Amino acid sequence: MPLAFYVILSVIMFVIGILGVMLRRNPLVVFMSLEMMFNAANLLFVTFASYYHQLQGQIIVFFIMTVAAAEVAVGLAIMVAIFRTRHSIDLDQVSNLKG
Amino acid sequence: MPVSGTFFYLAPWVIFLPALGLVVNLLIGKRLGNHGAGIVASLATGSAFCVALLLAFSLVRQPDGEIFKIAEWLSIGTLKVDWALKVDTLSATMMLVVAGVGTLIHIYAIGYMQKDVHHNGDPERFTRFFVYFNLFIVAMMTLVTANNYLMLFVGWEGVGLCSYLLIGFWFEKGAQGTGNAKAAKKAFIVNRVGDFGLLMAMFLIFWNFGTFEFRGVFDAAKAMPTAGNGVILLITLFMLLGVTGKSAQLPLFVWLPDAMAGPTPVSALIHAATMVTAGVYLMARSLPLFVLAPAAQSVVMWVGALTALFAATIAVGQYDIKKVLAYSTISQLGFMVAAVGMGAVTAGMFHLITHAFFKALLFLSAGSVILGMESGEEGHHKGEPGEAVDPQDMRNMGGLQRRMPVTFWVYLTGALALSGIAPLSGFFSKDEILTSVGQQSLPVFIILLAAAFLTAFYMGRQLLMVFGGRARTHVAEQAKENSPIITVPLVILAVLSILGGLINFPGLNWLETWLEHTLELGKPEAFSILTAGISLVIALTGLFAAWLLYGRRSLGSPERPDPLTPMGWLYKALEHKWWVDEVYQFVLVQPYRYIAREVMATWSDQEIIDGVANDLGNITSALSQGWSALQNGLVRSYALMMLLGVVAILAYLLFR
Repeated sequence: MPLAFYVILSVIMFVIGILGVMLRRNPLVVFMSLEMMFNAANLLFVTFASYYHQLQGQIIVFFIMTVAAAEVAVGLAIMVAIFRTRHSIDLDQVSNLKG
Repeated sequence: MPVSGTFFYLAPWVIFLPALGLVVNLLIGKRLGNHGAGIVASLATGSAFCVALLLAFSLVRQPDGEIFKIAEWLSIGTLKVDWALKVDTLSATMMLVVAGVGTLIHIYAIGYMQKDVHHNGDPERFTRFFVYFNLFIVAMMTLVTANNYLMLFVGWEGVGLCSYLLIGFWFEKGAQGTGNAKAAKKAFIVNRVGDFGLLMAMFLIFWNFGTFEFRGVFDAAKAMPTAGNGVILLITLFMLLGVTGKSAQLPLFVWLPDAMAGPTPVSALIHAATMVTAGVYLMARSLPLFVLAPAAQSVVMWVGALTALFAATIAVGQYDIKKVLAYSTISQLGFMVAAVGMGAVTAGMFHLITHAFFKALLFLSAGSVILGMESGEEGHHKGEPGEAVDPQDMRNMGGLQRRMPVTFWVYLTGALALSGIAPLSGFFSKDEILTSVGQQSLPVFIILLAAAFLTAFYMGRQLLMVFGGRARTHVAEQAKENSPIITVPLVILAVLSILGGLINFPGLNWLETWLEHTLELGKPEAFSILTAGISLVIALTGLFAAWLLYGRRSLGSPERPDPLTPMGWLYKALEHKWWVDEVYQFVLVQPYRYIAREVMATWSDQEIIDGVANDLGNITSALSQGWSALQNGLVRSYALMMLLGVVAILAYLLFR
C-alpha cells in the first residue's frame, strides 16, 4: 500500500479528533477525540518508522501512549472533582475563568 | 588671634540651651506640671542670656569678635557653606535683647498662660506654648548669630514658623471658629511674599559673588566696579521686600495687626520685641551693601517714614488695646527702618533696643489689663449671666488706675517712653533718629515728626481710655490686679524702659562705639538741643491733645461715639484702617481666589491634569475590555485559539 494512504488516514483521524474536541460538550467524548489525535500522530510515527527502517519512531509511540494514559488519568480525576462540586460535567458550564 | 579670658567657644550654647529646654519640655514637659514646664523654658532662655552676657564681656576684651564654626553644612562645587556663628558686637547686641527680653517674657508667660489656658479651657496646651517659645528663641538666635545669608535664612524661616504656630495657638477660636487660624495663615502667606524678596536677593548674591558668607559678600561687593551697582541696587531692593514682610512695613504690614490673635506674651516677644526687628537687623548687617546703593537707601528711608506715619494714623482709630499697640509697633519699626535706611544704623539699633524694652512692657501690661478684665468678668458672672464683654475693647475699660495700680504705673512708664518724653529711653532713641533725618531730608523729618505727634496722641488716648475716668462696665469695675509673677517682669521692664536711654546717652555714645567695631559708621550725630526740644514739645502736645479729648470730660458709657467722630470720613477711614485690608481683598485675594478656582482648579487641574490621568485610565480600561472578551471561559474556544495559532505558525513555516 502506498505511503499516501497511511498519511491520509492519519489526517482524517486528526481532523475528526479536532472536530470532536471543538464541537462536543461531553468531556468523555472530548478525551476520546484527544486519543484519536494522539493515535493519528502515532500512526504517522509507525508508518514512517517502518518506511525508513528506523526504530526511533516505534519507540516514541510507546512514550506517547504512556503520556496519553497519564494525561487521561489526570483529566478524568479533574472531571470527577468537577462533578463532585458542580454535579455536572458539561464543558460549557465550566467557564469560571471568564474575563 | 585668640585673646585669653574670652568665652567665644560658648557661642553655640546660645542656640543649644533653648534647644535643650525645648527637648526637655517636649519629652517630659507634661510630667513636670505647668509650673515645671514654664520654669524649664525660662531657665533655658535665661541661661542663654547668661551665655550672651559672657560673649559680650569677651567682646570687650576682643572687640573684633570671632567666627565659631560648628560644622560644614554644604559643599557643592566651589560653594562652601558652614554652620558658623558670627559673634561680633552687632550680633551680641541682638542676642542680649532677644535672650534678655525673652527671659522676662518667659517668666511673665508662666503666670499669664496659667490663666489663659484656664480661660480658654484647654490646660493641656500649656507645655506646647513653652515648646514653641523655646523653638522661637532657637530660631531667632540662629538668625542673629548666622555667619552667612543661608543660615540667616534658616533662622528667618524658623521665626516665621514659630510666629505662625503661636498666632494660631488657639487655632479653633476667633471669629466663626476660624479667626485665629486665618490670622496665622495670613501672617504666613504675607511673609512668604517677603521671603520671595529675600530669596531673590540671596540668589543674586550667590550668582554675582559666589558665596553666602557675610564678609566674602561685602568684600566682593566693594571690589565690584561701579558699573555693577545695578546688581547691588537690585539685591538691596529685593532685600527690602523681605524686610517689609518680616518687619511689617508698607505694603506688607497687614499681617501684624491680625497677628494679635496670638496670646499676649507672643505679641510681646515675637510681634513687638524681637522677630519683627529681624528686618532691621538684616539691613544693619547688610549695611555695606546698602551703602553701595544710595538709591536703595533712600527708598528704604521713604518706606520706613511712610510706614511710620501711616500706621500711626491707623492706631489713632482703634479700640482694641492690642491693635493700637500693633499699629504702634509697625509705626516704630518704620522709624527704625528709616534710620537704618539712611545709614544711621546706631540710631536704628538704639531704637530697636529701647523699643524692645518699652513695647514688650506695653504688651505685657496690656496682657495684664486683659487678665484683670477677664477675672473681673468671671467675678461679675458669678452673680447673674450678663452680656459678654470684650476684655480687649478699650471702650469697656476705664478707671483701671485704681483697680490695677502696678499695671497702671508700668503702663504709664511704657507709654511715656514710647511717646518720647524725656528722660525715658524712647526720647533718646527717637531723638537720635530725628537728628539724623533732619540732616538728610526735610520732608522725611516732617513726616517722622508727624508720626511722633500721633504716637504721643494715641498713647495718651489709650492711657486715658484704659486707666482714666470712671469704669464704664461692671467688668472694669471688678477688675483685679495680677500676681507678682506677672507684675515683677513688668517692673523690671519698666526700669529698663526708664534707663534704656543710657545705652547711647548723648556724649557717652556707648552703643555707637560698641557697634563701630563691626560696622563702618560715619561720625555720630551731635546731640541737637533744637531737635530734642522740637520732639519733646511735639510729644507733649500730642499727650495734651489726647487729654483735651479723652481726659477732660469723662467718657461715659461704652456705646458713646469716640470724641474724634466729628472728624467725619477721616475718622471713619482711621477706624477702618484706611480700608487696606478691603483693598487687598479686592485687588489681590479675590482675583487670586478666582484664578485658583476657575482657572487652576476647574480648567487646569480638573480638565487638563485630571483629564490626562483619567483618559489614560479610560483607554487602558476600554482596551482591556475588548481583550477580555476573548477570555470567555469556554474550554473549546481556547482549543480553537490554540488550533488557529498552530495553523498560523505552520502556515508561516511552510510559506515563508
